[in-house]
Amino acid sequence: MSFNFNFNINETKKAVKLINDTIYDLLVIGGGPAGLNAALYAKRKGLTTGIITQRIGGQLLNTSSVDNYLGISQVSGEELSEKYLSHLKELDVGILEEAEVTIVEKIDKLFNTTLKDGTIFQSKTLLLATGSAPRKLEVPGEVEFSNRGVAYCAICDAPLFKDKNVIIAGGGNSAVEAAIDVAKFATQVTLVHRSQLRADQILIDHMMNQSNITVFLQTQILQIVGDDKMTGVNVLNKETSQERVIEADGIFIEIGNLPSNVLVKDLVTLNLQGEVVVDEKNMTSLSGLYAAGDVTQMPYKQIVIAVADGAKAALAANEYINQNF
Amino acid sequence: MQKMLNEEIQNQLRQVFAEMKEDVTMVLFTQEGECYSCEETMGLLEEVEQLSDKIHLKKFDLNKDVEEAKKYNIEMVPSFVLLNSQGEYQGVKFNGIPAGHEINSFIPALLEMSGVKQDVPADFAQRIAKIDKPVNIKVFVTLSCPHCPGAVQKAHVLAMLNKNIEGEMIEAQTFTDLSNKFNVSGVPKIVINDKYEMVGNQPIEEFLAQIEAM
Ligand SMILES: Cc1cc2nc3c(=O)[nH]c(=O)nc-3n(C[C@H](O)[C@H](O)[C@H](O)COP(=O)(O)OP(=O)(O)OC[C@H]3O[C@@H](n4cnc5c(N)ncnc54)[C@H](O)[C@@H]3O)c2cc1C
Repeated sequence: MSFNFNFNINETKKAVKLINDTIYDLLVIGGGPAGLNAALYAKRKGLTTGIITQRIGGQLLNTSSVDNYLGISQVSGEELSEKYLSHLKELDVGILEEAEVTIVEKIDKLFNTTLKDGTIFQSKTLLLATGSAPRKLEVPGEVEFSNRGVAYCAICDAPLFKDKNVIIAGGGNSAVEAAIDVAKFATQVTLVHRSQLRADQILIDHMMNQSNITVFLQTQILQIVGDDKMTGVNVLNKETSQERVIEADGIFIEIGNLPSNVLVKDLVTLNLQGEVVVDEKNMTSLSGLYAAGDVTQMPYKQIVIAVADGAKAALAANEYINQNF
Repeated sequence: MQKMLNEEIQNQLRQVFAEMKEDVTMVLFTQEGECYSCEETMGLLEEVEQLSDKIHLKKFDLNKDVEEAKKYNIEMVPSFVLLNSQGEYQGVKFNGIPAGHEINSFIPALLEMSGVKQDVPADFAQRIAKIDKPVNIKVFVTLSCPHCPGAVQKAHVLAMLNKNIEGEMIEAQTFTDLSNKFNVSGVPKIVINDKYEMVGNQPIEEFLAQIEAM
């Protein structure tokens, strides 16, 4: 038996605190790739800045391995997030973790950002980098068996399905990666998707090489069934119109994400998908309010793209402050 | 057995441990015969002990040292607790090896126990001090879960702030029967007094709300 250690020295170093009796130049909501890089750029421009987030790293924390980030051929999502955070701590960027923003308002020229505990922070500009959260299947049984078989974080929960049968719902990169991760523990993994695979070919090839992964395409999940725990799913084969049950102890739902737009949905223009619409300099329809990363209409939700988007937003916020204050 | 911690981590840990204020003792329970990861857990703790003068290790056998095990409610192995400089148990326990991501709940617990305190907001500290019934917090984790150490850290901080509270990490793969008993299929899973369940790395507020509602 061998164990590795993912030691993270940041856990033992404190970040600079945010203060609420000052007016920040730029406050960033969301500590994923977009928000972190925005704060870095803002700080280097000389802006007073801070990040408010539930967690540092955002979706990176759920990513086992990132293989498409230029200059770093292979790194775990968490390691990448740690590298980002160390960089920010070197620059003494203020960070408030484990905080949830509940209200965002613009009063005269300034923004008020209110946390769940009632604390209010003020800023001249605000960047929404709240990213996205897993989309639900929205079938009967999903809520009932949530955490009694239904799971959303493959790297976290895969070991719990050792020697069990597991279904993966979805056909994109995250579903195929989940299938590969879970297959290391599970007896049998069944990937079920309602249309065709749209993952990168290199990942599909890797998956097809695993003897304990079976793939059913054109197959729709109708219901998750069970008693005190989940025992399987009812599926519909869309080509033959036949329904059947696939028995399984667990299901990982990896069918993409929805933009986390609740804070601004009545404040700014969204597109039909619920994504925040921004101009080419990342300004939303409300002046001084910027958005970057997965929460926006930017196509191709990727780390490298979110990071770049965050930089662009910070530079644009700097320009806005120079012109308006 | 090969070294558990590589050179790089050892160096980082020496640096981190330099900030420790008081002495801390790790009290480890293993057993002879079959025991998943007992040997590795002992190896890890022995190496950690070597990295600071302030860290001490005592080793016991669950079946032979019954009295000792009773002191800390140890019922399974491997399991260890941290004692403060006065040798007092403050409810900080680890069941299973804190390897993988869990090293990030183990190291902060050592620091905290040595007196390097995290700041807990004053209103939380007051609410925690008021808890006057026995509270046991189990946090089920896997070693590949980046969200889990956060939840374990909180259970341990609560334990250190109130003697009625015990916070324990439980590595789900090591203790499959217990995990099955509590239907653990997503981690971190937090179980308070074997009854009240929460999933995910919850904020201190949620822990407190649950405890106060009991
Ligand atoms: C399993 C998986 C694997 C992936 N693999 C890759 C890959 O290999 N390569 C790649 O390029 N991309 C990958 N991606 C996509 C990539 O992770 C995202 O595109 C990227 O993380 C988006 O960054 P973001 O900063 O916009 O948002 P996010 O990463 O979603 O971060 C948003 C942050 O905002 C916080 N937040 C939200 N609302 C609030 C609020 N109200 N108050 C406070 N904080 C809030 C969230 O907690 C979160 O920390 C993967 C995604 C997943 C899920």
